Amino acid sequence: MTGSLFVVQALNGLQYGVLLFLLAAGLTLVLGIMNFVNLAHGSFYMLGAYLGAAVYATSSSFVLAGVAAVTGTLAIGIAVERTTLIKFYARDHLYQVLATVGLILFFNETARILWGSPAIYMRAPQGFTGAINLMGILYPSYRFLVIVVGIIVAVALYILIHHTKIGMLTRAGAANPRMVSVLGVNIRLLNTVLFGLGAALAGLAGLMAAPILAVQPGMGDNVIITVLVVIVVGGIGSIRGAFFGALIVGFVDTIGRVYLPIVLNQFMDRDVADATGSALASMLIYLFMAVVLTVRPKGLFPMGR
Amino acid sequence: MLLFPESLSLRSPRCIAVAALLALLALMPPIANATGGPFYVTLSLRILIFALAAASLNLLLGYGGLVSFGHALYLGIGAYVVGILSFHGVHNGWLHVAVTLALSAIIALLTGLVCLRTSGIAFIMITLAFAQMFYFLATSLKYYGGDDGLAVARRSDFEPAFSIQSNTGLYYVTVIVLAATLYLSWRLVHSRLGRVLRGANLNVRRMEALGFPVLRYRLVAFVIAGCVCGLAGLLLGNLARFASPAYMAWTVSGDLIVMIILGGVATIIGPLIGAIVYVNLETIVAAYTQHWMIVLGPFILLIALFAKRGIYGSFLVWAKRMDSAR
Repeated sequence: MTGSLFVVQALNGLQYGVLLFLLAAGLTLVLGIMNFVNLAHGSFYMLGAYLGAAVYATSSSFVLAGVAAVTGTLAIGIAVERTTLIKFYARDHLYQVLATVGLILFFNETARILWGSPAIYMRAPQGFTGAINLMGILYPSYRFLVIVVGIIVAVALYILIHHTKIGMLTRAGAANPRMVSVLGVNIRLLNTVLFGLGAALAGLAGLMAAPILAVQPGMGDNVIITVLVVIVVGGIGSIRGAFFGALIVGFVDTIGRVYLPIVLNQFMDRDVADATGSALASMLIYLFMAVVLTVRPKGLFPMGR
Repeated sequence: MLLFPESLSLRSPRCIAVAALLALLALMPPIANATGGPFYVTLSLRILIFALAAASLNLLLGYGGLVSFGHALYLGIGAYVVGILSFHGVHNGWLHVAVTLALSAIIALLTGLVCLRTSGIAFIMITLAFAQMFYFLATSLKYYGGDDGLAVARRSDFEPAFSIQSNTGLYYVTVIVLAATLYLSWRLVHSRLGRVLRGANLNVRRMEALGFPVLRYRLVAFVIAGCVCGLAGLLLGNLARFASPAYMAWTVSGDLIVMIILGGVATIIGPLIGAIVYVNLETIVAAYTQHWMIVLGPFILLIALFAKRGIYGSFLVWAKRMDSAR
């Protein structure tokens, strides 16, 4: 029984991890190349969830919802990058933070005006409402779908980054943007493409998360901070770091939330153990980040510069 | 000369402006009670408390170039010290202050040791993450209200020295704390610590080559800024009679940064001016529409785009030109 609980929780951790990876992948590329801190990345996640939920509610086609979420956030991402963020690349980080905070407030309020403050719940697509049998262990099939989609995207990104020309330029750009630019590559354009790709991945993550979590204004804000932890742990600019960082953070967070109260129960009162356990569990990934940074200030998989 | 760390004539526009501002702040309660009523005292108190928090952050962000995006953490610490201690029936104000300072210093020291090992974007992200960590800690403290926060039964008790039970009393205490903080940070900026901080902002490597242990100086500044902001949190908890996880939210850290940039980065009075303008603007827009953030978001974007020196920073440039013209 405890063994199957562990497997289910490990799968939940994996599912959370791949969602974090979808968000971290796009963000870390822009961070690495343009040295630009885009806190509004979580807004694309929120918009993806809303667009997907809205299209799914009217068309009841999950594929259409996916197309809407991905192309919608792609278009919004490129528009925001071209009109606004491009003006901040040469500026101090301080102003980049401020500008993207302004964007977050704007997008959150836009969502509130369009769809209202209360959370919207989206049903899982047809055929994925039940559970599947994984060697005797029942697991919700929609969560399994999330894991599969996440891994497919990760593999596709791996091929894109390591086996195509765009990927080569991206890796070179993350290592030394100025040199790549001097060699005649339009790094601004490359960045716009990557920014749009990142926004679309965030939109996809939002759509995939929508049937599991509540869709509400500001849903991107908390998750983006976890994504920042992922990026710091993995190493800024590194897609490999983002992948392993996301899986580790997803796993540590999920397992910690389930097992810390159980473990503490052995030593103390039930009430105290539950309270301390949940408090500790919510701090766990940050403590983990602190430990990683103490040992390796540049993260686990730093970019070679 | 002994009183001012810079040579400054008492009749310079700078001195006159600051004196006028302080006089206005000192006269605020009687003016408010004569015209608009107690609401304006509460509003001014909010402004002053946020000015205090922003001034402490400006030490790091403006002078030190250390963009901390988690400074609201200490606002929460101060408020929760008041909340939790008075929840357990401890109302002694001096004890509240001592615990706030000690706790802020310890947290700033420990998180600072981790954060200051990094720089640039990583520093921003890590300070944000630590603040968020304490935010989640506060929401998971079910015993102390969790998500909903914790009501403060009674304000900190400083009697017989003075009393902050009335808003007017709290107001004058806050004005004095703020004025003292601004004066001391003016002195600090011109002290050895301040010079090392500013030097490291321009060129860390050169400061280290000169033999200054930059990390240690920055850590001291980090702890000072944390303690002052902790005091602001204590005042905020007393004003609202409430300790809420929302005080530590990342948006509050963002608000503090907006105030600094609006008022003038790396100026002593800037954060105060920024707090006055920003809190008033927020209040006015919120009175017109519940969707005030749709106005505020683009406003913040515009500030980021155009505010190079901020209000007080631009005034200083103008004042300098007036001085040299004379």
